Amino acid sequence: MASKLTRSTGAGWAFALPGFGLIALFIIVPFFFAFGLSLTNQRLISPNPTEYVGFENYRDLLSLSVITLEPERDDSGAVIRDEDGEIEYPRVRTITRSDDFPQYRGMREWFRWQSGDNARVVIASDVVFMKALVNTLMFVLVVAPVQGGLALILALLINQKLRGINIYRAIYFMPVVVSIVVVSLLWRFIYDGNDGLLNNLLSAITFGGWQPVDWLGNPDTALGSIMAMSIWQAVGFHMVIWLSGLQTISPTLYEAAEIEGASKWQTFRYVTWPGLRNTAVLVLIVITMQAFALFAQIDVMTNGGPLDSTQTVVFQAVERGYGKQDISGGSTISVILFLLVLTISLIQRWLTREK
Amino acid sequence: MAVITPDNRGLRLVVRYAVLTLIAIIFIFPLLFMGMSSLKPDQQLLADTSSLRAFLPVGDLSLENYREAFERAPVGLFVFNSVLVTGTTVLLSLAICSLAAFSFTYLEWRGRGLILSIILATLIIPFETIAIPLLLLVSKLPWIGFEGLEWGWLNSYRVQIIPWIADGLTIFLFVQYFKDLPRELIEAARVEGASWFQIYYKVVMPLAGPVLATAAILKFLVMYNQYLWPLIVVQQESYRPVMVGLQYFFQLNIAWGEVMAYLTLITVPVLAFYLVLQRAFIASIASTGVKG
Repeated sequence: MASKLTRSTGAGWAFALPGFGLIALFIIVPFFFAFGLSLTNQRLISPNPTEYVGFENYRDLLSLSVITLEPERDDSGAVIRDEDGEIEYPRVRTITRSDDFPQYRGMREWFRWQSGDNARVVIASDVVFMKALVNTLMFVLVVAPVQGGLALILALLINQKLRGINIYRAIYFMPVVVSIVVVSLLWRFIYDGNDGLLNNLLSAITFGGWQPVDWLGNPDTALGSIMAMSIWQAVGFHMVIWLSGLQTISPTLYEAAEIEGASKWQTFRYVTWPGLRNTAVLVLIVITMQAFALFAQIDVMTNGGPLDSTQTVVFQAVERGYGKQDISGGSTISVILFLLVLTISLIQRWLTREK
Repeated sequence: MAVITPDNRGLRLVVRYAVLTLIAIIFIFPLLFMGMSSLKPDQQLLADTSSLRAFLPVGDLSLENYREAFERAPVGLFVFNSVLVTGTTVLLSLAICSLAAFSFTYLEWRGRGLILSIILATLIIPFETIAIPLLLLVSKLPWIGFEGLEWGWLNSYRVQIIPWIADGLTIFLFVQYFKDLPRELIEAARVEGASWFQIYYKVVMPLAGPVLATAAILKFLVMYNQYLWPLIVVQQESYRPVMVGLQYFFQLNIAWGEVMAYLTLITVPVLAFYLVLQRAFIASIASTGVKG
């Protein structure tokens, strides 16, 4: 039963209204707006009225098919091979531009594999977006566990009772307060293929045996380099969250473990880790949400290249919604991103649920 | 169990500090490199990357890069814009979010629980998923300015400030803090006939120092380091903040000395602020995790 002293509908509404009003207008409205806009052909500025287009935007982004290409044969029916002995196939275009297959119109090859003499080709309506999806998922799947794990190791190191330990804590946390934009431009120089600090460092360690790598210019290393830098920048943030979790564990539990003669690993396994359950769920979900939002690093360092190897979902959303002023396309990507984040968070919650 | 002699205890201590220091180097050296490079001419900067000189203030040092950076871009204007936008947003955010949290914690009103849960539910919406629809929204909003009614918020300070004032996390932090304040204080003030606003202003806020610091630091970091949002809503140089101003330095042959000067210039104030208030910064990040 509420006390009479605090019952006050008028003042209550009046005090909460400015805050709630702003949140409603600038977070909740655009959130639902995104769903609505994704079903239209809305542009930022357009002379034509906006029209409802159903799920066309989703089809344009997400359509995928597998087609089978049969090898080219000569008159005798033998498979034709090129000089390298590779089987020759008709071009994918002969199918995606053919009137016989209207369902594949406009789609392009994403990747292919060999199946007997035939080639199986995965075609997508938006290959760049598919690459962006895969890159973003890769980024999340690598960064979430690695950054979370490293942050925990740092937290355990910092949780020791040593003189001057706070200085180390302050240093480990330092990159967190530096803007990711600044960090990205700085690391562009560190990763440089010619004069980059990293190549020079590796060359010094191996006494000149290191072949310089153009870290950001090579499709095989670009995304990995961005992952490493992102972890470097943000790991201190999650170290601090783990630390606050560690400090909630009662010292008497550790004393008990010591009396029982538990090893360091046993103490961690049976005292520390169970005490960090809630922190672990939080850290995992926060890193996952941050990782899905990957944008500034890409915009500053690679622009999605080389060969789309660092395209991401948010980068694509911005390129469409802002760059091409295609608000409906950008909103569709936003909705897909939100559903992805939600699904992954729910899966994580389910996996880490109380058993 | 191994016998711990004074000797190997000392050795262990050395190993511990060695590990801690090695990790510290990984975190600090890139930043050190940035600062030192900003003082060196391009040629020397590049030459130094092959040795430890990269991290040392040696050779031909000057502020020449800084002078050139100011010539290339209106750096002073960018800094002014960032300070204005960040400062205004932090202050308004503290006022509006604490007032809302006060209402959610102490006042009984119909719909209170529902509204608070809606606000907390927005925490799962990453900003990046609403940026594009929000861009359309702000491009259509009305505003009453000096020249009467106008439409569209693009290219302004308000578009960088107003959408960022209220957020679920800040309100949540205030609610958590207010919950732990003794309720008798409020009730005593009420009995003495104080109005709700007086209680908020004269009783609760003077006790809210720690949470105000936490909320201010978190908002400051978000606002000062803002990139995506000003990038898409501000095309005019006159309203651009420092992070977007960086684009003046992207080009085919990057003048790295100038870049390092600009990066150092916009980072040092934040780092200095952090080093002075280090405990408060770390405590504010920690507080986002404690009860979440």
